[in-house]
Amino acid sequence: MNKLRNLAELSNLKERVRSKTRFTDKIKDSGQPVQIRVAMATCSIASGSRETMNYIVDELDKRNVDATVTQTGCMGYCYAEPTIEVTLPDQEPVLFGYVDVKKADEIIEKYIKSGILVDGIIPVNYKRIDE
Amino acid sequence: MADFKIHLLVCGGTKCRSSLSTILTEQLRTEIKNQGLDDYAQVVTTGCFGFCEKGPVIKIIPDHTIYTKVKPDDAEEIVTEHIVKVRKVNRLLYKDPKTDKIITDARGMEIYKKQIRIALRNCGMIDPESIEEYVARDGYAALGKALTSMTPEETIQVIKLSGLRGRGGAGFLTGLKWELTRQTHGDEKYVVCNADEGDPGAFMDRSILEGDPHSVIEAMAINGYCTGASQGLVYIRAEYPLAIERLKKAIQQAREYGMLGEDIFSTGFNFDISIRYGAGAFVCGEETALIHSMEGGRGEPTMKPPFPSVKGYLGKPTNVNNVETLANVPVIINKGHEWFSSIGTERSKGTKVFALAGKVNNVGLIEVPMGITLREVIFEIGGGIKNDKKFKGIQIGGPSGGCLTEKHLDVPIDYDSLVDAGAMMGSGGMIIMDEDDCMVDVAKYFLDFTVDESCGKCTPCRIGNKRLHELLVNITKGNGTEEDIERLINLASVIKDTSLCMLGQSAPNPVLSTLENFREEYHTHIHDKKCPAGVCKDLMKYEIVPENCVGCTACARACPVGAITGERKEIHIIDQSLCIKCGACMDRCKFNAVIIN
Repeated sequence: MNKLRNLAELSNLKERVRSKTRFTDKIKDSGQPVQIRVAMATCSIASGSRETMNYIVDELDKRNVDATVTQTGCMGYCYAEPTIEVTLPDQEPVLFGYVDVKKADEIIEKYIKSGILVDGIIPVNYKRIDE
Repeated sequence: MADFKIHLLVCGGTKCRSSLSTILTEQLRTEIKNQGLDDYAQVVTTGCFGFCEKGPVIKIIPDHTIYTKVKPDDAEEIVTEHIVKVRKVNRLLYKDPKTDKIITDARGMEIYKKQIRIALRNCGMIDPESIEEYVARDGYAALGKALTSMTPEETIQVIKLSGLRGRGGAGFLTGLKWELTRQTHGDEKYVVCNADEGDPGAFMDRSILEGDPHSVIEAMAINGYCTGASQGLVYIRAEYPLAIERLKKAIQQAREYGMLGEDIFSTGFNFDISIRYGAGAFVCGEETALIHSMEGGRGEPTMKPPFPSVKGYLGKPTNVNNVETLANVPVIINKGHEWFSSIGTERSKGTKVFALAGKVNNVGLIEVPMGITLREVIFEIGGGIKNDKKFKGIQIGGPSGGCLTEKHLDVPIDYDSLVDAGAMMGSGGMIIMDEDDCMVDVAKYFLDFTVDESCGKCTPCRIGNKRLHELLVNITKGNGTEEDIERLINLASVIKDTSLCMLGQSAPNPVLSTLENFREEYHTHIHDKKCPAGVCKDLMKYEIVPENCVGCTACARACPVGAITGERKEIHIIDQSLCIKCGACMDRCKFNAVIIN
């Protein structure tokens, strides 16, 4: 990677990443695959998020689902760890709590494959400052 | 396969469940089935909406309707009207208490959300190990803006006007601190990030470093530009291995992308960051102790002045800021000081991150605008007290803070109101206590912590707090006297007045605030030799009520020390001289025959 030497290069990089990854809860037709974020702070990992993440990565592969899985920091819902956020194409992101391996299986089968919501959704309880 | 067009999300938070949301869910499912809508609509339960006083709450998507205070009997009407006839049930819609306006679309309810994420804007959103994702969320744009289009003075002015105050506890104006460091002459200057988070139960800074390390790096570079420093140091405790790992990766990436190093954004500005590890001493959160620790000396505080902005790391002008303070900086530069100062109260601007812990239903990391009340935090965001117990107190500001009670529930959370109420903002730990917590024991717990963490340099803190702790131990053992209360107060004020640093000066706070707000409880311990909450073991006596005892022998078998005697079908007796007060007998008894006296 070359160094970013000026604001234009910074801005180019920003646009390039944004065309690949969605950071907004606004619905937009993007043609991006399913996007899954797994909260992976120390406390999430202690509650089992690493097992959940590994399971999701392996299973999506086995079940031939096209999706990107990334780790992220604390989502703030300590009472419901492990937590994951799933964004289906052209849908608002949905947050799930208490996602152990069993729950992850249900989410993949029902929500990711067929768009059927499952129990354990966490309503987002904060305002974002952008977008 | 079913292709649901309508989803009914029923709140399954503890508070809503206690107001029958479980039955409501069943009723809705039955009704949907009865009306033959199985393949059209589905009911799912969710976590807490943070709208507990209006529960049970239902959200219907895709049309974003929110119904509040829904009773199981309303299920039929909702299904018939909303789903079949596509008409909203007006009487269940949320009404704005101020304007009486009915809210038909939940997206219009954004304003009712209590939390705003500024410092945590990227936590849970970006991959903390990817600088590119940070850039995608406007990362390093503030650094670029400051370097290419603002002078250091102008940048400092923006931070000053924003009203940002230090989030580590004391609440000093951040912009002013930067200005003082800038004005001091020095051939080399340093900026330091204080990541020595030590309050029991607090994890705000760790979460920011683990979730968004680049925001801290960017802010430190801006700080370096403003103060004239080219070297940044992060002082972080070694017991945060994941935060350290992610921070290291982030620093490496920032160097690769030219955001750290030489000639940043082709402006000739040089800045780099290195990490210093702390061994996890509470006192090293104090800036002079922190600096001594970084220099390789003992982590002991020294008198101020001189302040670090004049004579800090290696004797050079040094600006020390807390992690959360820094995380706010890039947003302020990007969005302007007017935007930031529009949030919060007159003298406390912006938001504060709190680690909500203890006896609330939704423990978590929250970020709320300054000025929000304790009631909103505990009963709405926190979802109320666990197991429907009664709220008793909240410890704010960790061991240096104070304990507030029910009468303070409507106190706005800002630097000055909290001090007036007898607590302090602190770094952001909030521990909620219910009727099962003994306040004398709580004071003892925090003092235990400060006694352990005192560096021992000055006498009032080293010996005074030890004596204070002994007095509390005596009271909890039932050996306290009325004079002890006077002694506690006198000793506490001497320690506060004569200790060298904030650790000692604030250590007696939990004692003083519990004495102020829960004096009765101290009296009960001293005079009646009883602990009303049933926590202080030395004041408790497990006894068997003869009328209730059926002689099943369950308690005797459960007792680990053999203190319970009695034949089968005869009344059992606890030998108080053997009893260790573990409570196993009480847990085991099915006839409520074991009581605490």
